[in-house]
Amino acid sequence: MNAIRAANLSKTYGHIKALRDFSFAVNPGEIFALVGPDGAGKTTLIRLLCHLATPDSGTVMIAGLDVQTSHEQIKPHLGYMPQHFSLYPDLSVEENLKFYAGIYGLRGPEYRDKRDYLYTFSNLAPFADRRAGALSGGMKQKLALSCALIHDPEVLILDEPTTGVDPLSRRQFWEILLGLRARGTAILVTTPYMDEVARADRACFVYDGQKLSEGTPDELTGQFSGRIFFLDREPTRRLVRDLDAIEGLSARRFGSGLHLYIDQDARIEEFRRPLEHLGIDASNLTPTPADLEDRFIQLMESGTS
Amino acid sequence: MKDSDAVYIENLTKKFGHFTAVDRISLAVRTGEIFGFLGANGAGKTTAIRMLCGLLLPTSGNGRVAGYDILTQSELIKRAIGYMSQKFSLYPDLTGRENVSFYGAAYGLGKSAIRDRLEILSDRLQLREFLDRPTASLPIGWRQRLALAVAILHRPRIIFLDEPTGGVDPVFRRRFWSILYELAEEDVTIFVTTHYMDEAEYCGRISIMHQGRIIEVGKPRDMITQHQAHNLEELFVDLIKGQDQADA
Repeated sequence: MNAIRAANLSKTYGHIKALRDFSFAVNPGEIFALVGPDGAGKTTLIRLLCHLATPDSGTVMIAGLDVQTSHEQIKPHLGYMPQHFSLYPDLSVEENLKFYAGIYGLRGPEYRDKRDYLYTFSNLAPFADRRAGALSGGMKQKLALSCALIHDPEVLILDEPTTGVDPLSRRQFWEILLGLRARGTAILVTTPYMDEVARADRACFVYDGQKLSEGTPDELTGQFSGRIFFLDREPTRRLVRDLDAIEGLSARRFGSGLHLYIDQDARIEEFRRPLEHLGIDASNLTPTPADLEDRFIQLMESGTS
Repeated sequence: MKDSDAVYIENLTKKFGHFTAVDRISLAVRTGEIFGFLGANGAGKTTAIRMLCGLLLPTSGNGRVAGYDILTQSELIKRAIGYMSQKFSLYPDLTGRENVSFYGAAYGLGKSAIRDRLEILSDRLQLREFLDRPTASLPIGWRQRLALAVAILHRPRIIFLDEPTGGVDPVFRRRFWSILYELAEEDVTIFVTTHYMDEAEYCGRISIMHQGRIIEVGKPRDMITQHQAHNLEELFVDLIKGQDQADA
């Protein structure tokens, strides 16, 4: 049984088609990432999954239950962490946890056990009395995650959980997610960051309400068509323009140098002469593997899969 | 320092009571360079940037920004630089055009100067289609382009960007960076902080700050090679963890 199963979801707002015939599934013990530009339909999708909106057509099953008809029965199985800080800033860390526990009917020793357990991985115990509003970005996210986990859901939905959080805190946050995954939790996460997509088991690119591509991060990266080379030269605009003028080659500034792109079936040696003209030795270029972002941009630019 | 340095600081230190937020940092950033200023939250980046922007006086050390002394010429520095922050809010109820006019006036630009400048920036940053919509209604990527327009309205020679692309999708981010590259071509110096290591790789050079000190400076690729890391994120986490162990 899939932990999350969305089949043929469509949703229209006025004349905007927010989602078009969108299907995907997440299994227990799997981290699934949704990535796409603003307005691609990610948030609409999450709203449908969490029963915050009703689809025009299609179905959503969570933990084997239909979201339309069994919404109440799903609640204990589902944890949701919204994009914007949703905690009570004037309540302390502990009061926030207690509040969420109350919603799910967790009281007394049952609550305290759960709280202590959540503290062991969030490391928030020393800050139990601190106002949530006064926490650092990384700690806020960990508290929000703890609140979403208070009732031990087997399905967890996270909407851009680490935006604005520093790399160290993000690493810790993902270590928590990996721990949950190991215990069988199904995790759906949206993110604009490719390094996070790379940590997921599977991911899908969303654009214009549709699924463009789906697979493991390696599969997605492998779909990149073309070859990339790094040129270690001062990336002046003139050089970019001269390189771009070479037929079959395009150039983009990358940090202290440039990335040169050629077709999948082309060889860099074919460009030896025009490169030589610019004082570049083709045999000295470093082949660079494409990354998820390269593939994502390629998909966006071609507009289709 | 060299004349070509846009930012030059030596042993810059800021103490708040017994707490040393910035601890003897030294740095030289060339004119036209894109410099990534990295560090975990609480590492001292914001305090350092505030000193560079003339908003905070150092406890000790010295330096120059855009040719002006950070100890004695902070007012001149403020006029010579642009500043954009993720948290720095455009007025949400004003349209893009109104925000630009407001900030233009704050920088002492006349009406016609603002109009001319807006004309140029509208094309360059592709602002035209959303200039007359309330800022609050714009997607985050557009708002950030608008914020950049406001930051460079008065033609600053250095711009400080504090997490400019937080939460922005990869397509917008790439576009944003191609604008930064164009500015750098025109010898505008760009000093940027980010939490995203794929973005840090776009910088010419980066520094990594930890507990008030700069623990590493260099080209991203060279740093990855030197430390035999797979990528910048791994390098960053390893460096900081290593530093913590050394301190313990």
